[in-house]
Amino acid sequence: MNDFIKKNKIVGRTVLVMIIFGIIFSTILEFVHNKTNPIILKSEAEAKERLLLQVISKDLYNNDLINSFIDIKPNRRLKNMEMIKGYVARNNNEVTAVILETRAPDGYSGEIKILVGIDKNGNILGTRVIKHQETPGLGDYIDIAKSNWINIFTFSSLENTSQSEWAVKKDQGKFDYISGATITARAVTKAINEALNYFKENKLKMDINV
Amino acid sequence: MFKEAVIDGLWKQNPGTIQLLGLCPTLAITTSVINGLSLGLATMFVMIIANSSISPIRRFVPDEVRVPIFILVIAALVTVVDLSIHAFAEPLYKALGIFIPLIVTNCIVLARVESFASKNPMLPSFFDGLFMGLGLCFVLIILGGMREFLGQGTLFSGFDLVFGQSLSGVGINFFDQYSGFLLAILPPGAFLGLALLIALVNWIDQKD
Repeated sequence: MNDFIKKNKIVGRTVLVMIIFGIIFSTILEFVHNKTNPIILKSEAEAKERLLLQVISKDLYNNDLINSFIDIKPNRRLKNMEMIKGYVARNNNEVTAVILETRAPDGYSGEIKILVGIDKNGNILGTRVIKHQETPGLGDYIDIAKSNWINIFTFSSLENTSQSEWAVKKDQGKFDYISGATITARAVTKAINEALNYFKENKLKMDINV
Repeated sequence: MFKEAVIDGLWKQNPGTIQLLGLCPTLAITTSVINGLSLGLATMFVMIIANSSISPIRRFVPDEVRVPIFILVIAALVTVVDLSIHAFAEPLYKALGIFIPLIVTNCIVLARVESFASKNPMLPSFFDGLFMGLGLCFVLIILGGMREFLGQGTLFSGFDLVFGQSLSGVGINFFDQYSGFLLAILPPGAFLGLALLIALVNWIDQKD
């Protein structure tokens, strides 16, 4: 009986200590999270604005690009799960380009988010990866911070590149990739192609809505 | 105490070449000098704060559950570091943000906490974290340098991305036309490079 109490005393004490440590450190985390979260959200929004300006050139529009957007419902082309914004660039009220956010769900380690700038004729003006978790040093060359690879899509369109050419060179397509990280390039290429297809299918709707 | 920590951390008990702990990030990240240095510094920082914060509370931690509590403390500290860098040093976060959560799983941090900080006062634990981290950092830099040189024919490329534009000139390109040696960049290159380093260290040790 004495042994039983002794044993349970140890169990009770260790459980208590673990609970106390758990409470202390979750409080610390909660505090730090509350302090940093607004700053993080703000800097993420600013980074996104800077990215928008990277996929289309400044002389293409004279409207307030950040506040000129259309809502895009979840669809199978852009693979968005919730409503997202598509930005519309206008020069003297005439639509010159749109910026779409497309997703590649089949990256090597999870989803890759890409911004695609498309002019009114369906040519790509610029592309940027805005979120990815690809292997550092291997698949992360899709990020402009690591290499210029993402720029190979500029000027491509559904007209000057046939559907079968919209693939990496390994799959008889037109686009380069870095060997050892084919899956990443394949996913990005496919997602950008889907964005162009979405633009083609919804072009008229966008022009009327804006 | 100080001298011991220096010799143990940098040579006799070097985490990268002697203890062989924390191999996962060591092998995965060291594709270039800058990657090795970034992760090395981040790990060193976490080791310092983990060692120095666990040492003062070591009396309150029951022996039976010390490992889960150490992991809890390390994970919380790493998350704090991760959030702070994200909020207050965004360019740095963009360059090495993806590596920071990986430090939780680095067993060298837990190993030093378990074998040193949980048995020693705060100051020696601080030095232990500092010099063990520094030792690991050196190994990551050397391995990163070997792989970057062989794989891409460059050294110190990308320093400006982490430490600001003023360092954009430090990258050295050794060959004009270098097609790259892919094996050095891929994981097998990491194993081969680390094996060479360990062999070198053992060879030097045997000579004395």
